[in-house]
Amino acid sequence: MLSFIARRLLYMVPTLVLISIVAFAIIQLPPGDFLTTFIARMSAQGEAIDQAQIDSLRERYGLDEPIYVQYFKWIGGIVTDLDFGQSFEWKRSVADLVWDRLPLTVLLAGATLTLTWILAFPIGIYSAVKQYSIGDYLATTIGYLGLAIPNFMIALILLYIGFRYFGQSVGGLFSPEYQDAAWNLGKVLDLLSHIWIPLIVLGTAGTAGLIRILRANLLDELRKPYVVAARARGVPERRLLVRYPLRVAMNPFISTIGWVLPALVGGEVIVAKVLSLPTTGPLMLSALTSQDMYLAGSIIMIISVLTVVGTLISDIALAWLDPRVRLRRH
Amino acid sequence: MPQPDVLLEVKGLKTHFFLDEGVVRAVDGVNLTLPRGKTVCVVGESGCGKSMTARSVLGLIEPPGKVVDGNIWWSPSVDRAPAAMTGNGAPIDLAALDRRSERLRQIRGKDIAMIFQEPMASLSPMYTVGDQLTETIRLHLPMNKREARDHGVSLLRRVGIPRPEQRMDAYPWQLSGGMCQRVMIAIALSCGPSLLIADEPTTALDVTTQARIIDLLAQLQADTGMSMMFITHDLGVVAEIADEVIVMYLGTVVEQGSVDQIFHNPKHPYTRALLASIPTMGRGARKRLPTIRGQVPPPLNRPPGCPYHPRCDLAVAGLCDTADPPTVEFSDGHRTRCVLHDPQTLREHEERMVRTAQEDT
Repeated sequence: MLSFIARRLLYMVPTLVLISIVAFAIIQLPPGDFLTTFIARMSAQGEAIDQAQIDSLRERYGLDEPIYVQYFKWIGGIVTDLDFGQSFEWKRSVADLVWDRLPLTVLLAGATLTLTWILAFPIGIYSAVKQYSIGDYLATTIGYLGLAIPNFMIALILLYIGFRYFGQSVGGLFSPEYQDAAWNLGKVLDLLSHIWIPLIVLGTAGTAGLIRILRANLLDELRKPYVVAARARGVPERRLLVRYPLRVAMNPFISTIGWVLPALVGGEVIVAKVLSLPTTGPLMLSALTSQDMYLAGSIIMIISVLTVVGTLISDIALAWLDPRVRLRRH
Repeated sequence: MPQPDVLLEVKGLKTHFFLDEGVVRAVDGVNLTLPRGKTVCVVGESGCGKSMTARSVLGLIEPPGKVVDGNIWWSPSVDRAPAAMTGNGAPIDLAALDRRSERLRQIRGKDIAMIFQEPMASLSPMYTVGDQLTETIRLHLPMNKREARDHGVSLLRRVGIPRPEQRMDAYPWQLSGGMCQRVMIAIALSCGPSLLIADEPTTALDVTTQARIIDLLAQLQADTGMSMMFITHDLGVVAEIADEVIVMYLGTVVEQGSVDQIFHNPKHPYTRALLASIPTMGRGARKRLPTIRGQVPPPLNRPPGCPYHPRCDLAVAGLCDTADPPTVEFSDGHRTRCVLHDPQTLREHEERMVRTAQEDT
């Protein structure tokens, strides 16, 4: 088990190096750089910037150096003292910017994952064990709706309901009066009254998907000969279900850990925009459009690390759960 | 009511599968008896209802399948009757018990054990051999973990698994198919069942392993005195281990008798055809192997009357294809379900034919 984890940790290094190179290169792909975007915006507003100012900025940001020098400066800073560089756009360090948004993002991700599991687990089992019952059809219908309706659509509908019928200040995670307040009971309650909308919006598709996966997996397992054999040995039904087929069908739940974190940190940009959530998604979007390369690159880097770490965690959990993963040599 | 020396008596068992395309009558009126302490082989082609009959006994039929009719009389001997039961060993109708009932669950694995076709798939890959073995022991016998493990090790040794202590901690996929089947047999024997149902236990194994497993089963049956219901389509195995033979065709029992009666004096045309199609070494080995003409009818479209009549060389037109054949009893429990052995019906049919012929002229 230990060698398995050590081997996986070792594999992470080249993976992350490759990701950092690709991410950096892709950010540089569009013609121009942050300054050209900046100048274009300035002149659109009717402000002229003289060439000397541009040159001094270009030199200050190190934009006139070759791309590989920029890359090594950036990655060197990250590796040696966790310095992700400066954001041109915000005139602040990338670390500060991301750190502002990361805790709430992780909180939201964790809450969504928990909600997804709590809902999907019993419903998925019920759907499989009582296949073609009314409850199964109901769960299937709701599941398909959850999968088919775009998330931003649900977000808009819930915003409307929240505003029209509950008189809430919609959008964001806090009411204006708590926006910059220090943490206290009132702020926590305010957060709770706001967080349900993004929770439902972000949770529906995941829950629906997981219900379908668990149902399909469990149905496959329920028909395996070892289930019949266990029943023929006199194993009681409930114990049989939990101990035998369900343990195998659990695998997708474990695998979700791997992708739910990066999806919530980086994806769901549209939902986060619609709901004006203070998460990292919109931050990355604006960094990409304004070619704020250190900010964009660093967020991509963080997401990649989270993905790789998440996958590692889910693989370890899987190995712990499934002896075939743990003991079989590949 | 079954006779005292009968352990299990199946009467008019019907197990049907209700599919969208129609009803498949997998078991359609099976009558058979399992004598106490004997080995009974059930033979027949694939899809004749052998396995489904066995599964019906233990209530293992899953929807869309259902036992729709019939009785399965189970008569545990007085000293073996579980405390939960009436105590005097009165027969219980297993077919009347709910398949999820606690009473049936207690019988499964304890009084009636079963082993299956694919030993590797019949053990869960998530648990060690020892886990699955001791689980069964502790479900039915009052033992603590230590005792159950010791009992498990002794069982593995008994079924011929080398280094049983280490094998207890092996996962099924670390063992060969033959070893897995030995483990299944050990689990089946763990609670000292009165009846072992073996559903084609050697089909998925290679030939040398097959022979060893069959020898093991025959020996264990002789040692423990349990009854064994052995389902197979290998007549060679039947000749080797059977005391009695049940021949099935399309969800019905066409003939039951002792192994001598079946092999030396078969009554039903199907049994005869089946025996004629065994390849023999030496004598006539260069001749073409006789086969039964035609094919098993599709399950959704069963012929009326005797299910075998479209393939039977001796079928009587106007009789076999209209009426269900009668069950004819011979001496010593040998019986067959064929009109050819019922002179009275044949005579009546002939007279009727003659009469209609006369009326026509």
